[in-house]
Amino acid sequence: MNDLEYQVVVGLEIHVHLATRTKMFCSCELAYGQAPNSRVCPVCLGMPGVLPIMNRQAVEFAILTAMALNCRVSPYTKWDRKSYYYPDLPKNYQISQYDLPIGQDGFIEIPIEQGRTKRIRIRRAHLEEDAGKNTHTFGDFSAIDLNRAGSPLLEIVTEPDLSSPAEVRALAQELQRIVRYLGVSEADMQKGHMRFEPNINLHVTRNGQVFKTPITEVKNLNSFRSIERSVAYEIERQLDEFIETGKTLQMGNKKTFGWDDESQCTVLQREKEEAHDYRYFPEPDLVPVEVSTEWMESIRSRLCELPLMREKRYIQQYRMSEYDAGVLTADRATAELFESAVQAGGEAKRVCNLLTQSGLKMSNDRGCTMAELGISPDKLARLAKMADNGQISATSAVLIFETMTQSTDEPEQIAAERNLIQKSDAGEIEVLVDQVIADHPQAVADWREGGKKSAKSRGFLMGQVIQKSKGQANPKMVSEILDRKK
Amino acid sequence: MAGTIDEAQVRKVAKLARLELTDEEVKRFSRDLAAILEYIQKLNELNTDGVEPLAHCLPITNVLRDDIVRPSLGAEATLANAPDRYEDYFKVPSIFDDNSGA
Repeated sequence: MNDLEYQVVVGLEIHVHLATRTKMFCSCELAYGQAPNSRVCPVCLGMPGVLPIMNRQAVEFAILTAMALNCRVSPYTKWDRKSYYYPDLPKNYQISQYDLPIGQDGFIEIPIEQGRTKRIRIRRAHLEEDAGKNTHTFGDFSAIDLNRAGSPLLEIVTEPDLSSPAEVRALAQELQRIVRYLGVSEADMQKGHMRFEPNINLHVTRNGQVFKTPITEVKNLNSFRSIERSVAYEIERQLDEFIETGKTLQMGNKKTFGWDDESQCTVLQREKEEAHDYRYFPEPDLVPVEVSTEWMESIRSRLCELPLMREKRYIQQYRMSEYDAGVLTADRATAELFESAVQAGGEAKRVCNLLTQSGLKMSNDRGCTMAELGISPDKLARLAKMADNGQISATSAVLIFETMTQSTDEPEQIAAERNLIQKSDAGEIEVLVDQVIADHPQAVADWREGGKKSAKSRGFLMGQVIQKSKGQANPKMVSEILDRKK
Repeated sequence: MAGTIDEAQVRKVAKLARLELTDEEVKRFSRDLAAILEYIQKLNELNTDGVEPLAHCLPITNVLRDDIVRPSLGAEATLANAPDRYEDYFKVPSIFDDNSGA
């Protein structure tokens, strides 16, 4: 009916909670799920006469992230006050960075379909403090917990380079992976460590003319699913609205929406009648930060190979599937476990299988990373070697892997104790094969005759030999010896 | 730079600062602020060509602390001055436009 062509234009604003021990400007503990107002001091309460002092770790985390996002890191940054009138930040301003952010003009590579990547430009990355938490469900009032007030937040703003809900999700996930690799954030979505605000509009082409729909911002999304769905919903909504009203982008007609998870739609929060006037001004209580070349380089030395690069390398170097490479590079410690095990002599494919099959399932069950299962690279390598040279079966390898997560025993020891060492003594196996051949003349005849029943009979004879060995005969050898007797 | 401030500007600034002013106050503040601005205008007489903007008046940078936890006040002391409380929370009038985390 309406044969409109349109292009989706999305920019993303992301708030990342930094994993410091203390708040941005005071020494209160950063703690999730503690008793309300138990991690608060005169500084984060905004008492008169107090002075904020910067957390060095937060500044370094922010610089490190800016570097990983290929930003130009400012050698000189300063702080600004942004007017703020909600009780969850009692100073009536938020300390933020306005004109001299920590990082500018960077980019992030995100995975898109078929192993390809897309470069999304980063406009800026700056540090600021978080607000406290409001609860509205106790009655006809709001209850304020200031434990979170003053937590260090890194705000990252992309250019509007994203052109589909899937790309928005991919960026969110890639950023999560990066900050976890760098160790600057736990990036736990459930704990609100990452919050997303997409700015969305469409460029609609009608009769050769391009129309830009009014921009909408969706606030405070904190799950990958809701980011993707809210963007998809807004695309539909804006398209409908454009067809109906023909409204286009103008100064001041940007709207703010919230996402209703239950009804799966966006809900209008406010229409901005004028551009936000936050009345920024320089924060007189904090002195600027000068990042010397020396300091900059010491932070740069903490950069590591980023997950997407690592994933691509695994696919090339180890001929791994995209899926396996993705699982192994999901977090840095697991990738390092894999690589160390391979370095210690484990065959890559075997180590990979142990991790992506047994390891992944167990870590999911236990809610930890694979590296946290407690298997050292050296033991993992030895286990892989045992499976590779036929000392143990693939099934036994899984069993030993599981046992190793619960004990400090060596893989060889576990294999021996559990009778999992396969018999690879040709003479011994041959005796068993001969016995089975003697015991089952009919099956042997069917097997030797060829035809329909042959394969089935062979399988039966194999099974009998394995059973006679109490499951300890190396199937590969049984197969070879049996075939010699055909 | 205008040395004066009109009533519309005073109303706008008041709105941004969440201040409710009477017409009488708007008149008075327009007058008072205009006088202050006029006085500050004197600074414009200085030639600032080639002078770097100043981020801070002290010639110091990099006042940083280590990331070490120190004791907080505790909920009781924290809430001691609170006009109202609900359990260990500050109790405030309902916030409709929840802008937290802005």
